[in-house]
Amino acid sequence: MGITKRFPGVVANSDIRLSVRKGTVHALVGENGAGKSTLMKILYGMQKPDEGTIAVDGEHVTFSSPADAIARGIGMVHQHFMLADNLTVLENVVLGSEKLHGIGGGARKKIKEISDRYGLNVRPDLLVESLGVAERQRVEILKVLYRGARTLILDEPTAVLVPQEVDALFSNLRELKSEGLAVIFISHKLGEVLSVADEITVIRRGTTVGTAVPSATTPRQLAEMMVGSELPTPETAESTVTDTPVIEVKGLTVYASGGASLGPAAEPTAGGLLGDAAIGGDAKRVLDDVTFTIHAGEVMGIAGVEGNGQTELIDALIGLKNADSGTIAFLGEDITPWATRKRREKGIGYIPEDRHRHGLLLEAPLWENRILGHVTEKPNSKGVWLDIKGAQADTRRIVEEYDVRTPGIDVTAASLSGGNQQKLIVGREMSHTPKFLIAAHPTRGVDVGAQAAIWDHVRAARREGLAVLLISADLDELIGLSDTLRVIYDGRLVADADPATVTPEELGSAMTGAASGHLEHVEESAEDGADDTAPEDEAR
Amino acid sequence: MKKFDKERVLLAVAGPVMALVAAILLTSVVLLASGKNPIEPYNLMLQQIGYSDVQVLIINQASMYYIAALAVALGFRMNLFNIGVDGQYRLGAVMTAVVGAHVALPAFLQVPLLLLVAILTGAFWAGIAGVLKVTRGVSEVVATIMLNAIATSLILYLTQTNTWGVQVGNNMTTGIMKKSGWIPGIDLGSDVGEIYGLVFLAAIMGVLYWLVLNRTRFGFDLRATGESESAAAASGVDAKRMTLTAMLISGGVAGLAGLPLLLGDSHTYSLTFPEGLGFTAIGIALLGRNNPGGIALAALLWAFLDKASPALDYATPVAYQKEIATIMQGLIVFAVVISYEVVRTWGLRRQQSRVGAELAAAARNNSEKKEVAAR
Repeated sequence: MGITKRFPGVVANSDIRLSVRKGTVHALVGENGAGKSTLMKILYGMQKPDEGTIAVDGEHVTFSSPADAIARGIGMVHQHFMLADNLTVLENVVLGSEKLHGIGGGARKKIKEISDRYGLNVRPDLLVESLGVAERQRVEILKVLYRGARTLILDEPTAVLVPQEVDALFSNLRELKSEGLAVIFISHKLGEVLSVADEITVIRRGTTVGTAVPSATTPRQLAEMMVGSELPTPETAESTVTDTPVIEVKGLTVYASGGASLGPAAEPTAGGLLGDAAIGGDAKRVLDDVTFTIHAGEVMGIAGVEGNGQTELIDALIGLKNADSGTIAFLGEDITPWATRKRREKGIGYIPEDRHRHGLLLEAPLWENRILGHVTEKPNSKGVWLDIKGAQADTRRIVEEYDVRTPGIDVTAASLSGGNQQKLIVGREMSHTPKFLIAAHPTRGVDVGAQAAIWDHVRAARREGLAVLLISADLDELIGLSDTLRVIYDGRLVADADPATVTPEELGSAMTGAASGHLEHVEESAEDGADDTAPEDEAR
Repeated sequence: MKKFDKERVLLAVAGPVMALVAAILLTSVVLLASGKNPIEPYNLMLQQIGYSDVQVLIINQASMYYIAALAVALGFRMNLFNIGVDGQYRLGAVMTAVVGAHVALPAFLQVPLLLLVAILTGAFWAGIAGVLKVTRGVSEVVATIMLNAIATSLILYLTQTNTWGVQVGNNMTTGIMKKSGWIPGIDLGSDVGEIYGLVFLAAIMGVLYWLVLNRTRFGFDLRATGESESAAAASGVDAKRMTLTAMLISGGVAGLAGLPLLLGDSHTYSLTFPEGLGFTAIGIALLGRNNPGGIALAALLWAFLDKASPALDYATPVAYQKEIATIMQGLIVFAVVISYEVVRTWGLRRQQSRVGAELAAAARNNSEKKEVAAR
């Protein structure tokens, strides 16, 4: 099969050429905002190209909806799963395709058959809510296959998986291609791309800049193709950890229900993964007796599969959720009863994990977004009045200094790409010289170039004595940027590690709950020793 | 970035214009379907604008619409749907009338007192819905609708002769207010009428509305909450307090809506006091896009349709039903809701693609240089 497409003059894509052959895994890599998502949406019929053509098996096709794409054998596994938790796997799979094999025995048989054929190991009668992330993903893949897909598009499938699960996914993908299916695999993680792909297409600034063969390419070369320049590394140069505690959390516990949570409840993903491991007491403890200290100049990384209490930890620290028990002290002062605004005014910076929900007003202009979260502070206001001129001038400065690519500060935040939105948020938070920064996935969805810039800013602030809580799904980022590392599992900090020596695989096993305490390479002797011995990092 | 500004204005105007055009066309269709001249009624109504007595009526009516619509718009700006403006302004007017009839202070005290009574009554009535929402999670839509019904009954009780009512012929009133509480208007002669003094209050409130929402920290927090509750909460807005505050302010403003008439002309609350202002105000706030200038135009348009349409009944040689205006008002509300959503999504998408195009062009221009310099 061959897909060629071209469409100059449009936003995200111009003159993109991509051809995917049967029986291969074709990786699509590129910075965020490079146009991968747009391309995928076009291939899946969610958007129409302004110019250019798509051909499937040599035949020109036009898709006006995903249904057309599915009819042509193109299926998509989205980054965010689209499953109904309270239905069984079988029900989820047949939902919307009841006509194919019915909803009973026929469907079950078909699911079994697909599952066995590709080694997906899916059990049709389990409730989806009891499944872990990796299993849900396999259900999504099965759903697509069930609809007769011969070409699968996987959008960042490894983002939510730990290394061991990634390996399992890759062996599934190899099964798929050996059966003659084509897989389009979108990823940021170049190591993974090289290990699984047969061919690689690199997209930069909305156009294809080249293709690569994995056997003859290193991650570095690939990354340089993506960025078009030298590649950054997250390694921090030397330790700047001091012995001044900035944030001290003691015995922090938050229960699942109740509390001062706002809006819809925190995402229920990975519910199954947590299993019934720690249902102590009446309500589930989403944060269980969490204790840590972060010093000035220290970056503490928290590794963990999403949904293991990170969201609750962040919410409790910024004041969106009340602690059910335990205390949070900031520069020696107990801030547990403080409201969010006071915490932010006093110097807690916040890079939220979901920037659309918590970090931006999408339909407001950039300069209003610069005010968001700091409305009581300079340069945004004087007394009760907004200082619009001041805020606008400062927005221009942020746009300049943080390389936010925008034609102006009056455009809405929604019109920027994800990476540029993130740069604006980072710029905003750093502009108020925080003493403690909660950085949740600070470089998620950010292109490699901007990633380096964000890391530089964090490192620079860290030298000035900033304490950082870094939560990230990118283990390389965690290991590279952190001075100390903790692993969160099921609401508890179950392990700690020395970023100088630990490997992503070791972290991965602790993230699934398989290992706890001190990880392999860690030499400290006491559980809480991480804080005391942090200066050891200087040994690096 | 002038062009994005210009585009914003264009988009802001496009919605209402589209809605009005659609409403006029549809009204003409209705006229055609009933075998009438589809254009003549507009002419007849437009001619009415030329008469100064109609002008006065329109301005007076619009001032009340304006205040009520500001109250609704304030709620809209933070995603609160205060349907209870109707009950709030009627109750506010009754209480003001009662206090005005029983308290006699010098004018410089009496007038502020009466305004305060109206504000507090409206705020109290809306506050009930606010407290219910904040403490029990009761939808403000449901709560305010029910409070409207309760207000009606309460007003009937308050205007009974054994409470504060005074019977005048067949009409139940609250008694004539003390003269010190009357607010003089601009008298334009006996055959033209008088412009209510509180028309100026309406104008001032429009300015205040703009100032508070766009130029103060509080206004920013309120708008942020309306645009994204989760983002506002993360930015430090106490969502519950903000909900309650917005409800109280909205109710307070609503409480004033009946006052131009009460203090300027009727000087008593009676069975003939206008009802339904609060519901009309919802349509006006929608048409005015929650923008003080837009609401002013919408209020004037509405008042015009109200006050110019009776002439249709007496038109010669062919009379038309004045309900044509009501049909048109209804169609405007329909069209407005649809056209705004269309324009909004279209505008967002258009800006996204234009920003993208502009960045792509910029990138292409210095791509050679950037190739080396980009990081």
